[in-house]
Amino acid sequence: MTDGTPAGASVGERGAAITGIGQSDVGRRLNRSPLGLTLDACLDAIADAGLTRDDIDGIATYPGNMDNPPGFSGAGVVEVQDALRLELDWYTGGLELPGQLGSVIDACVAVAAGLATHVLCFRSVWEATAQGTKGRASVTSGGGGGGGGSFRAGGFMQWTLPFGAPSAANWIACYAQRHFHEYGTTREQLAHIALNARKNAGRNPKAIYRDPMSLDDYLAARMISSPLCLFDCDVPADGATAVIVSRADATAGLRRRPIDVDAVGTAIRGRPSWDQWDDLTTMALRDAGAMLWDRTDLRPTDVGVAELYDGFSFITLAWLEALGFCGKGEGGPFIDGGDRIALDGELPLNTNGGQLSAGRLHGYGFLHEACLQLWGEGGERQVPGPPEVAVAAAGGGPLAGCLLLTHRP
Amino acid sequence: MADKPFRVLPKVTSDNEHFWRGGETGELRFLQCTSCGYLVHPPAPVCPRDLSRQLAPHTVSGRGTVATYTVNHQPWYPGLDPPYVVAIVEIEEQADVRLMTNVVNCDVEKVRIGLAVQVTFEQHDDVWIPLFEPAA
Ligand SMILES: [Zn+2]
Repeated sequence: MTDGTPAGASVGERGAAITGIGQSDVGRRLNRSPLGLTLDACLDAIADAGLTRDDIDGIATYPGNMDNPPGFSGAGVVEVQDALRLELDWYTGGLELPGQLGSVIDACVAVAAGLATHVLCFRSVWEATAQGTKGRASVTSGGGGGGGGSFRAGGFMQWTLPFGAPSAANWIACYAQRHFHEYGTTREQLAHIALNARKNAGRNPKAIYRDPMSLDDYLAARMISSPLCLFDCDVPADGATAVIVSRADATAGLRRRPIDVDAVGTAIRGRPSWDQWDDLTTMALRDAGAMLWDRTDLRPTDVGVAELYDGFSFITLAWLEALGFCGKGEGGPFIDGGDRIALDGELPLNTNGGQLSAGRLHGYGFLHEACLQLWGEGGERQVPGPPEVAVAAAGGGPLAGCLLLTHRP
Repeated sequence: MADKPFRVLPKVTSDNEHFWRGGETGELRFLQCTSCGYLVHPPAPVCPRDLSRQLAPHTVSGRGTVATYTVNHQPWYPGLDPPYVVAIVEIEEQADVRLMTNVVNCDVEKVRIGLAVQVTFEQHDDVWIPLFEPAA
């Protein structure tokens, strides 16, 4: 089965709209309270929508409250609800979702079903502060850092940790290598995901790394896990992002003209695994991307701006293929030279600098930026138009979810 | 043996001990459905092909092919020195059974997709870690 809209089913997510966005300060080692950062973003989004906290009757978040890996979650549903004394009709927070934006998609479904009217969705991280001066905190090393001792790996990690492969960098590198092998993709091509991000970050005052980067800089960077070098890996950050998802027929009188949710993609039809996935040049994003286009009459050529997850550069390339912006295996030539994906190109990509240069806001940063672009508030990095159709996509490996958004005059 | 690298060890349970302790007798083992022959990995109590619950450990040849790999350069653990090869190996008997592993006893620059490999075990305490080396 490949059809995302079974006969007789409606595209229910069209009952949802995005009415506000918010973001805290973003940086390295802000040494702020994680809940404080989270509330900054949440209150910013509520005000942006022209709502008050009394209007919020739902919360959706990824991944929920958790202590490990350090800095991976700044707050869960409970902390935010209690801090703001919200009265909720519906809420969700967890990890087993179609990617980080799966929580936003859940909110779309909830408002469309009438379970809530205005849902506060958020994602907050403090991985830079948690990392301190030690190694990257988001690496699942086992035992809360460094492994060793009496710690023993269970679940999926038993199949990776004994082999010195604790990081998604290793797992994604295996996918990139297979793509290079099958399609002739090169490091010089893949570099343009990172170079494009850095160029756009130079126009984003909140981005963490804004200094220009050349192809030579990229090729000279130290290798992390071949073919991925340091600049293929995103940068741990402190920061929180929030969006308000509202019932589409409850947006009259709000501050902004809402952004319409046209379609979402949530499918995973292969094995939910990094190492057992059938096609080692794609990931779950293959299925989420295909499902998205099954639910709309819009086509990839209608998209004016694409905000595609770049936890590692190769994931963005894979999303480009999965969403049909180029053919399967053609991602390398598509991004080669960087012109097509530049701010003035045919498909402006990761216009805020992505997680590679702006900071690892973990999925929500892409949705925030897509909305900002559709509302024409991108400042120095605004895509001319403004664009009327955007894709926001997040997740790699067995995690993937995407939204097609429209904002028409 | 002091020359063994540091390794995080798996938690051995009744569900996975056929795999993690097969190396004691030099055997790479997977659960196999006794009705249809399908190898089930990671171990599960039901065959995903015919839903049979009759599964038993089965020893395979230990031969496989490198489906993909990466040369890891990042020092993740003290005592496990880069560079080393992390590979995904497809086993000969059933290509959709894959193991993330290391390719050892081989120059890291010599590893390629499609390389024929065979299993070799590295013992740590009560666990035999299945690694692979170029086939003879
Ligand atoms: Zn069977």
